[in-house]
Amino acid sequence: MNALYSLFAVFVLILVGMGGTAAGMTHLFGVVIPYLAIAIFFVGFVAKVIGWAKSPVPFRIPTTGGQMKSHDWIRHSKLDNPQTTGQTIARMALEILCFRSLFRNLAVQRFGSTEDGVDMKVRYASSKWLWGFALLFHYSFLIVFVRHFRLFTDPVPGFLSGLEFFDGLLQLGVPTLYLTDVFLVLGATFLLLRRALLPQVRYISLVADYFPLFLILSVACSGIMMRYFGKTDIMAVKELTMGLFSFAPAAHIEGIGAIFYIHLFLVCVLIAYFPFSKLMHLGGVFLSPTRNLPNDNRAKHHRNPWNDPNVKAHSYADYEDEFREKMVEAGLPVEKGLDEAAQTEAQ
Amino acid sequence: MAWNVKPEELLQYDFKVPQKDWMDVPAEFRPGNWCYPGKPEIVEYLNKSTHGQFPYARKWVPTDEDWKLPENWRDIIRDGFRERLDKYRSFKVFMDICVRCGACADKCHFYIGGGDPKNMPVLRAELLRSIYRGEFTLAGKILGKLAGARKLEEDVVKEWFLYFYQCTECRRCSLFCPYGIDTAEITMMARELLHLVGLNINWILEPASNSNRTGNHMGIQPHAYYDMMDFMCEDIEDITGVKVNCPVNEKGHEVLFITPSGDIFADPGTYTYMGYLMLFHEIGLDYTWSTYASEGGNFGLFTSDGLMKKLNAKMYAEAQRLGVKYIIGGECGHMWRVVNQYMDTMNGPADFLETPVSPITGTRFDNAAGTSMIHITEFTADLMKHNKLKLDPSRNDHLRVTYHDSCNPARAMGLLDEPRYVIQNVCNNFYEMPEETIREKTFCCAGGSGLNTDEYMEMRMRGGLPRGNALRYVQEKHDVNMLATICAIDRATLPPLANYWAPGVDVTGVHEMVANALVMDGEIPREVNLRQEPLPGAE
Repeated sequence: MNALYSLFAVFVLILVGMGGTAAGMTHLFGVVIPYLAIAIFFVGFVAKVIGWAKSPVPFRIPTTGGQMKSHDWIRHSKLDNPQTTGQTIARMALEILCFRSLFRNLAVQRFGSTEDGVDMKVRYASSKWLWGFALLFHYSFLIVFVRHFRLFTDPVPGFLSGLEFFDGLLQLGVPTLYLTDVFLVLGATFLLLRRALLPQVRYISLVADYFPLFLILSVACSGIMMRYFGKTDIMAVKELTMGLFSFAPAAHIEGIGAIFYIHLFLVCVLIAYFPFSKLMHLGGVFLSPTRNLPNDNRAKHHRNPWNDPNVKAHSYADYEDEFREKMVEAGLPVEKGLDEAAQTEAQ
Repeated sequence: MAWNVKPEELLQYDFKVPQKDWMDVPAEFRPGNWCYPGKPEIVEYLNKSTHGQFPYARKWVPTDEDWKLPENWRDIIRDGFRERLDKYRSFKVFMDICVRCGACADKCHFYIGGGDPKNMPVLRAELLRSIYRGEFTLAGKILGKLAGARKLEEDVVKEWFLYFYQCTECRRCSLFCPYGIDTAEITMMARELLHLVGLNINWILEPASNSNRTGNHMGIQPHAYYDMMDFMCEDIEDITGVKVNCPVNEKGHEVLFITPSGDIFADPGTYTYMGYLMLFHEIGLDYTWSTYASEGGNFGLFTSDGLMKKLNAKMYAEAQRLGVKYIIGGECGHMWRVVNQYMDTMNGPADFLETPVSPITGTRFDNAAGTSMIHITEFTADLMKHNKLKLDPSRNDHLRVTYHDSCNPARAMGLLDEPRYVIQNVCNNFYEMPEETIREKTFCCAGGSGLNTDEYMEMRMRGGLPRGNALRYVQEKHDVNMLATICAIDRATLPPLANYWAPGVDVTGVHEMVANALVMDGEIPREVNLRQEPLPGAE
């Protein structure tokens, strides 16, 4: 049901894009909305990150995934139990670039019979599908995103041409098929099907989990249609984008089809939606206190800005006052003898 | 309430999910899946000791319709929620960035052994997140359920009470999460919110209040504590012929030693306690015990940051009063989470203490330079590495041992190889459980975070399934008959667990095995071990 709501929402967005173009609102869809979306994105993103950063990190709570720094003769797991800033950066880099935690993933399986309880067992199989497809999806998306910079740069930098060359290495079709286009659709489709078909994952999925996937798929598909089937006038598009990026948008450009405006509108929705959604894991992953801190609490003192100095232990003096007689009787050392305590009491 | 469901009955579950949306499935309280509420007089005592952190003490029962919440409970929870979002970046970030990928789902022992989808860490957190979205985000306020938001109703609070006391804060899910979202952190926040409206469990609050007053969870008063130690010293003398020294509350020593009170109170922890006494006597450590700080564990960790700090403050206060140079801590799980991740920040810097240096080997513990507190297995492993102990591992030859990593030393510290090194020096037959169930991936005993109470036995056995299963695996494969652990709660929770899932396996502390292998100066020929069982070859 949640998936259908999301699918419906994306259809509505596509229709809005179509309708707007048909009604000739190209300035709105080609200039106003993109500017608005980018503004919302930057303001929203920064506001969210500042909101997180405003809350302090009172305690150092890294999740330790390996042997701590101990004696010289015990092998320290530097990447999973970082002790220094450098090691922590390395851990974070692996987390962000390689999804290291997800790589550990295991799947639980039950086997045996429940007839006789003790024969019923669980085992753990390696489960790298999610890790693999998530990597495929994210990296394809990144490359597709970077490739688009040819539309905002003049002259186009060399590395972009290199990237395009390798991306189109297979030399399939005209225009050359970019592998990342295929992988992006493949990755997103896997994530979507996994969410819709696995009962447990479907159970935890919200509308907000399906919506970005459908939206990204529709962005990808409209882009692919434009490049391979729709035959959009790329020079006209570049004229528009260069105009946008030089803050001198052209008044009206001929020769750009509806499919381009639909694609652009969906991208704008994605950009504007970003800061208010789970997509903010892009920023949040850097701020996760269980990953971005070294495990050096015993070696160094850390400050908690709201540490309350008024929280004190039940004092030894009160403890001894309550149990003094019994302590003396048992022969335990005391700070004040019975007589001294009696005098204090009397005063 | 005697709980006697057989394993084959307990195993009649699957991982199916209900047809209905999870928001429409009400919390179900049944015997064995919830813990008894805090007794009003205990809650009142704590409220007084903490200047009002435990309000609304009352008699209430989870199975009743009416939980007697204070009139303005919604405002209290809302304000409490906001306050914690502003105090903890972890909480704020974790509320926002979960993508519900489900990587954590089957990592929770309660989910693996019970199949209740709300025990998937992601959904457990959603119980809070849905309220966060409904109360604190624009989209949630406008779109409601479409944005995954809920209204704050009594049913939600009931659900919180059920499921945030079905989490042992073991952090296994956090290890697998691509963003490191830590359910333990979320559970702590949820429990704090529940305390604000007077919902809590007695098994946590009573030990905490005991600890505040008497220095330990068991409520053992100083003279009784001293008597118990005396009794142990006599036992040691009977077994070894050596009269060990047992300094208590004495000033002017180099080291203060603190271990959980479970070790002095109940078998098999008591044998570990004897082990400490024998080891320290043998190496001539200049040290003292304390009755005022006679608890390493800290049930405040399972309660609120304020109470955790208050209980933990005793360690430094006592170290300062007695004038020691540093502290050694015994075999305890969550105690070490507090010492490693919180102590120095909450109650430090401990300027009156020094960087620990082993008086026997001269090893400097720079990894504990700030906190000035070292773990007993770090200390003992170092002694062994330098050949400072005379050991006869053959005395443990009747044992076929495996080792259970406690969650906190594993995932909130990283103490993995030291205890193994110690074990391998004192016993000849050591076998590891399957790698997915040990070290950083270790499974909880299902009684952590203060849930090791008898009325909770069904959940404990369900949650104990993964550990029990791994144990049974090595029992069948290697004839393992002894499970070693460095945690007092483990020593309390694992015997019934082993008995249920892998009958025939017993539980021991690491220093019990050390003491049994320890060849002491002037000892009589040993015929029995600390449990008074005949040694191998001595029958």
